[in-house]
Amino acid sequence: MLDPELIRRRIAEALPGAEVEVKDTTGTGDHFEARVVSPDFVGKSMVEQHKLVYAPLGDLLKTGELHALALKTYSPEQWKKLSARSQPS
Amino acid sequence: MTPELKTRFDEEIQKHPVVLYMKGNALFPRCGFSAAALQILQQYGPVYTVDVLADPAVRDAIKEYSSWPTIPQVYVHGKFVGGSDIVRDLEERGELEQLIKAAPGQG
Repeated sequence: MLDPELIRRRIAEALPGAEVEVKDTTGTGDHFEARVVSPDFVGKSMVEQHKLVYAPLGDLLKTGELHALALKTYSPEQWKKLSARSQPS
Repeated sequence: MTPELKTRFDEEIQKHPVVLYMKGNALFPRCGFSAAALQILQQYGPVYTVDVLADPAVRDAIKEYSSWPTIPQVYVHGKFVGGSDIVRDLEERGELEQLIKAAPGQG
């Protein structure tokens, strides 16, 4: 069982200045979903962006303790545009 | 990763336009993420699938080969594209079809 907060903290420490949100999608502590907004993503491909997020979680992915992490990554600019378009009512 | 496996991957991703390293096979996917990636890719033509659960050595080696820690993994025209999230994002942006239909060596 992993705590979403542990995953959130690891990502946030690896990407200073990032906004990180992690959810346990199944309630079983091994499938998670993360949204990461970071200035470090500017000018990088999606593969490079996702690798930056996976990097601090390598050991957990290797052991299978972290079975799945669905990722959404955005640069601050992309996120601003996206959230402006879909304001929650 | 053994040199034999590296050669095998090199050849596999060059020989087939779209290759999916997945858990299970096309008939019986054994992971929701693998199934989702397969379903999206199949809209645009044949997908060559490799079941990584059939051989633990392949499962470990492909992660090393791509420097990508999770399964599924998608290769199009010999290039690593990403995992299930990226395939879904490309599909939503309408870029996946272009990528697959582009002649090998382009882009």
